[in-house]
Amino acid sequence: MIEVVSLTKQFGSKRAVDNLSFTVNKGEVLGFLGPNGAGKSTTMRMITGFFPPTSGDAKVCGVSVIDNPRVAKTKIGYLPESAPLYHDMTVLGFLKFCASIRGLGGSAKKEAVERAIETCFLGTVASQSIHTLSKGYRHRTCLAQALLHDPEVLILDEPTDGLDPNQKHEVRQLIKRLGQTKAILFSTHILEEVEAACTRAVIVDNGKIVADGTPAQLIEQSGTGSLTDLFRNLTTQDT
Amino acid sequence: MTSLTIYRRELSSYFSQPTAYAIIVVFLLLSMGLTFSFGNFMRVGDASLEWTFFFWHPWIFMLLSPAVGMKLWSDEQRTGTIELLGTFPLSTWSAIIGKYLAAATVWLAALLLTFPIMLTVNYLGDPDNGAILAGYIGSFLVCCTFLAITMLISACTRDQVVCLIVSVVICVGMVLCGYDDFTRELGKAVSPTAVEAVLSFGVWDHFRSLNQGLFRLQDLVWFSSFIMVCLLGTSAILSAKRS
Repeated sequence: MIEVVSLTKQFGSKRAVDNLSFTVNKGEVLGFLGPNGAGKSTTMRMITGFFPPTSGDAKVCGVSVIDNPRVAKTKIGYLPESAPLYHDMTVLGFLKFCASIRGLGGSAKKEAVERAIETCFLGTVASQSIHTLSKGYRHRTCLAQALLHDPEVLILDEPTDGLDPNQKHEVRQLIKRLGQTKAILFSTHILEEVEAACTRAVIVDNGKIVADGTPAQLIEQSGTGSLTDLFRNLTTQDT
Repeated sequence: MTSLTIYRRELSSYFSQPTAYAIIVVFLLLSMGLTFSFGNFMRVGDASLEWTFFFWHPWIFMLLSPAVGMKLWSDEQRTGTIELLGTFPLSTWSAIIGKYLAAATVWLAALLLTFPIMLTVNYLGDPDNGAILAGYIGSFLVCCTFLAITMLISACTRDQVVCLIVSVVICVGMVLCGYDDFTRELGKAVSPTAVEAVLSFGVWDHFRSLNQGLFRLQDLVWFSSFIMVCLLGTSAILSAKRS
């Protein structure tokens, strides 16, 4: 479903992503781990077509993001890192706007918006203005827009960042549930999430993959039974 | 279709907040105030509204037009929503068109709300309504030109205040460079060719002919090409920023 082939991104003299290759299949939840500045968000932005790679390609459901970005983007639901929203809109207005951009109309739009609101537990705040919402609700509103068109691929950049423990649990459960029928790539700093929600994980450092495997394999690889130890051993600590 | 969705969102954003109302009210107060004070509307007896009413528009637009356009791309970049737009299946161009038309609609509404002055001159005298219509078109085109410049600047920066200041400076320059005093001073500093080049950016020449009821092809080409260049520039800057 997601096929990343030799993806590279150069910003001036800095190589943010260096010849990265991996795949995520349907029914798989891939945890994308790495220290700050390792190239996680840059990789996600290239896969979602926000900016082009310096070289390499990313295919979503067989469609190249470079050659056919419009079609590839229809297959992706994306939650950016800071969960950006139009604060002057209501939750319902924002989701309707996103559904219209996605080409949904009439009853299909209404159903999609209702389903997303239900899935992300936004029913109580649907008619509220976004600027009045707490961080948790804002995050879920942005997640809801990623689910509107029932995409085959979900790319979530730190979906649990800034949420309280209850909300984190809810989002993890949601990712796990959605992962049964979709291909999900999500980045996180919280290593427990890998065990809680991922079927596989990769650790990136300085734009390169330094570990790849199921949570059990990674824990075994650590030698101490701790993912944190593996993470600290494999990644550069001063980034 | 996506342009229309963006247009609706932008327009509702203007009118769901005080921005559009404040700017429209200030525009109406300034345009009517200047017409009846410095414009000497009651004494001059100019039913074409050329000098009493339309004359003041470029002066008002050079300050207020950037206030409408400054948020167009600056705000998207500051809040990060540009990342949402950039990953939706829509072209940058359709977002540019939708946003630009929404800002232009705010000004169209502002201009339409000056209709009492048209009713007044028709009641008091026998004006050439065709010339007045041409004056309105001229005003709207000047305003749209300033909006296009503001949009171009807003693509360059995430700071709305910087966008406002830079856009106002450019628009003030375009209004001032139609004045003889300005041309004379400029002529002392630079070569005549450079003066010609600078003067070609002035709005008065093109605005004045429309204001007199003359539809000249060269004016329409000047306005439309200026706007198109700014919109294409916006598209190029947004694409370059993402590469």
